[in-house]
Amino acid sequence: MNFPILSVITFIPITTGLILFMMPANRHREIRLLALAAAALALGLSLYAFLAYDTAAAGYQFVEQVPWIPRLGISYHVGVDGMSLPLVLLTGIVMFTGVMISWGIEDRPREFFAFLFVLATGVFGVFIALDAFMLLFFYELAVFPMFLLIAIWGWQVTREYAAMKLTLYLFIGSVISLVGVLAMVYTSGLGTFDMLQLEQAGFSTAFQRLWFPFVFFGFAVLGGIFPFHNWSPDGHVAAPTAVSMFHAGVLMKLGAFAALRVGIMLLPEGAHFWAPLILGLATVNVVYGALIASVQTDFKYVIGFSSVSHMGLVMLGFATLNKDGLTGAGLQMFSHGVMTALFFAVVGMVYDRAHTREISKLGGFSKVMPLVAVAFIIGGLVSMGMPGFSGFIAEFPIFLGLWQVQPVVALVAALGIIITAGYIMRVVGKVFYGEMPADLVGHISPVTRLDRVALVVLAGLLVLIGIQPWVMAPMIATGAESVLRVVGGA
Amino acid sequence: MTLPTYAPTMLTALLPEVMLLLLAGVVLMVDLIGRPRRRRGLGWLTAVGMAVALVLTLLFGRPGEETLVFGGMLRSDAASFAFAIIFLFAAAVTALLSVDVDGVGDRGEYYFLVIVATLGLCLMAAAADLIMLYLAIETASICLYVLAGYLKGNDKSTESGLKYFLFGALTSAVMLYGFSMLYGASGQTNIYLLADQVKTGGLSPLFLGGAVVLVLVGFAFKIAVVPFHFWTPDVYEGAPTPATAYISTASKVAGFAVLLRFLLAFEPSIDVSWPAVLAALAVATMTLGNLLAIVQSNIKRLLAYSSIAHAGYALIGVVALTAFGAATSVFYLMAYVVTNLAAFAVVILFARSAGSERIADYAGLSRRSPGLALALLVAFLSLGGMPPLAGFVGKFYVFAAAVDGGLTWLAFVGVLNAIIGLYYYLIVLKVVYLHRSPDEDKPIPVPRPYAVALAACIVLILLIGIASAPWLDRASAMALSLF
Repeated sequence: MNFPILSVITFIPITTGLILFMMPANRHREIRLLALAAAALALGLSLYAFLAYDTAAAGYQFVEQVPWIPRLGISYHVGVDGMSLPLVLLTGIVMFTGVMISWGIEDRPREFFAFLFVLATGVFGVFIALDAFMLLFFYELAVFPMFLLIAIWGWQVTREYAAMKLTLYLFIGSVISLVGVLAMVYTSGLGTFDMLQLEQAGFSTAFQRLWFPFVFFGFAVLGGIFPFHNWSPDGHVAAPTAVSMFHAGVLMKLGAFAALRVGIMLLPEGAHFWAPLILGLATVNVVYGALIASVQTDFKYVIGFSSVSHMGLVMLGFATLNKDGLTGAGLQMFSHGVMTALFFAVVGMVYDRAHTREISKLGGFSKVMPLVAVAFIIGGLVSMGMPGFSGFIAEFPIFLGLWQVQPVVALVAALGIIITAGYIMRVVGKVFYGEMPADLVGHISPVTRLDRVALVVLAGLLVLIGIQPWVMAPMIATGAESVLRVVGGA
Repeated sequence: MTLPTYAPTMLTALLPEVMLLLLAGVVLMVDLIGRPRRRRGLGWLTAVGMAVALVLTLLFGRPGEETLVFGGMLRSDAASFAFAIIFLFAAAVTALLSVDVDGVGDRGEYYFLVIVATLGLCLMAAAADLIMLYLAIETASICLYVLAGYLKGNDKSTESGLKYFLFGALTSAVMLYGFSMLYGASGQTNIYLLADQVKTGGLSPLFLGGAVVLVLVGFAFKIAVVPFHFWTPDVYEGAPTPATAYISTASKVAGFAVLLRFLLAFEPSIDVSWPAVLAALAVATMTLGNLLAIVQSNIKRLLAYSSIAHAGYALIGVVALTAFGAATSVFYLMAYVVTNLAAFAVVILFARSAGSERIADYAGLSRRSPGLALALLVAFLSLGGMPPLAGFVGKFYVFAAAVDGGLTWLAFVGVLNAIIGLYYYLIVLKVVYLHRSPDEDKPIPVPRPYAVALAACIVLILLIGIASAPWLDRASAMALSLF
């Protein structure tokens, strides 16, 4: 048997979490070092898997299958394809940089990292799951650590409210999808939760049209689709920096990915039937999210709503149900994940020093934190879809795909990009240039070395994919093809 | 009727009961001759005795073919065997949880009552005859009434015992009336012979339905199904907490055991409207339990309402009246027993040193005792149905059984209830992890018996949640043996 690399990646975090709980609570330094080491190991292994994936052969690779609950046809069945492997890598990156950014947490760091790592295991597990029960198991595993992470370490003003709101939204979405999955399994008559077999179940058109909205929107709640996006800006803002990075960077992809894997791929006729609605809602996401972002006065809320806007593009890509759109959506998930992690890291660094996130009370940060300013501007350019950065590589195919199905939607959604350019430039101009307010001058300490490493890693990736798209685009294209083989219309 | 001749299955069938009787005698003797100072050992003695009985039952008490023994009084099958194991486990944990509780921990009679109640519950799960069933229910119930009112000087405990007794006596009278109707119509007291007679016809369905409703009232009281739940919060709040833990787990499971045996014996002949009645009860029980739990400020009352809600979830599995449904219900109960015992263990420990049962006083627990806070987290998240814990798989299975049985709407009601449930569990966890308290530098000591009991429960919560296949297989075997 081959080395079970996916299982090892998945269970490194939770194992580390358990070890952390057994360590004495006051050994902060050792706790942080162990967390960093575990995150580095998980990142290293996911990078190895990413490089070892055979793009020419495509399909599911590194597959492992072990019976789990044979009586119900449930197995521990994992594998990655061109769609999910980049997301595994993304999780590794965000986990690694998130630990570095969280170095300064002084309140119960043991619990913080342990809960963060339970969350990470849940995320990895969803991305590699090929069994519907397993997917739900890990999906909900990611829900409750989120609650505690935000409620305990979050922004004091809104954390209790935001944590509860976010948790309940996500839980409602996931349990509704759960009933949908059960309906699929017991209607199929196959007696299995294996998604590769359920793909072949041949559900009736009426069944697919009835159940698709439950399954798709249940998961898409976590993807931030309008009108269920409401939890996300509040949650992002209330969360501590590393959790915002995890949340916007990875968890929103969790929802989008599960909506694709379970909703679109298992109920393809339902997807074709409901695609126009998704296109419409996702367009609202893109334009409305960008508009709201541009009137925010709180730095972090700008980024929070920009995530809503960008996740709309992912959903648009899904709803095209063609190769260009799906490839773009896959790339956008990765690109946005890295970009938004970078944004939240920068916001965290600014807030930690200025103790305010009011844009009007900030200014001139490029003089004291030049590297941070450069990193944020790179993220901003990605966000606007500027050629030479990963955002362009992702958004261009999405619009290409959209043009083939609904040119009008493409035109309207393009408005979102223009608005994005507007608010990004406003924030860059206000926060990083101009005069620094007098009360901040002299109080801004430089960022730590770990912070800088994290920023360079994140910004570097955005540029790398922008100028060398071949490192990722072909892999995601194979993923899009395998989706289309199931959904039809390749 | 001829006198039954001895057969080896008779001893196998009664193995746990025989050992419990011996243990009860030993505990009383030790209490008489032991020095007062050494009486704290009684809890250990009871727990170890239960554990020994559990292991011996597992080794030698395995039932073979399903057989009626003792002239049809008891039925030796996988269900009676496995329910006995559950009761022994719950009683052992209860005994450990009682050791350091003032007013009960050093009383021999207290442990004696727990043991005899367990004996009654084991007989309940095995009873195949209406008379035996009634005697078993009364054996268990009378012990439990006394346990609930055990703290004589405490008004709330007295109220709890009296309330439990009055409600119990009333519903048991109604149930007995139902039994007498069944006997009067058929001339049979054996449940299985009765079921045969029902199958061949000859009993008026209306009369039969009326009798079954009366019987179900008695069972519904034991399970605390809405609208027979009114006793629950007051009894749970007032009773000594280890007794509450026992009543909310073992006694409730025994109620399900008789309900399942009774319903499934009659299953082929049951009127189509029964699932509708059961579904209505399940919906009402879940919803009311969960909604009322939200507003509680006392942790024991919160757990009382949550235990009502959990009975509702477990009923979902019964509604479908399929083997899979019954199996999921039994599985749910296993998960619920270990989880609820863990939750009560934390409540007892906290009350012991902080002297409070108010949820607000749990503030700062995660700083006072991180380990205890984590145990409460695991228990409450399992109650809330979060993976990788037992509660998640339990809920998943009962919802699967509902969808499998064509009751998708019931699964939807179930998941919506799960959301309400999660809400109030999270509120408690928020207090534990987030709120500050001036007592944060006072850690909560965890004496050894409590550590053992809590560790056993937590390990089982994780084990049932992660490796659920063997447990589901057991539950399926139990369910099949009831048909």
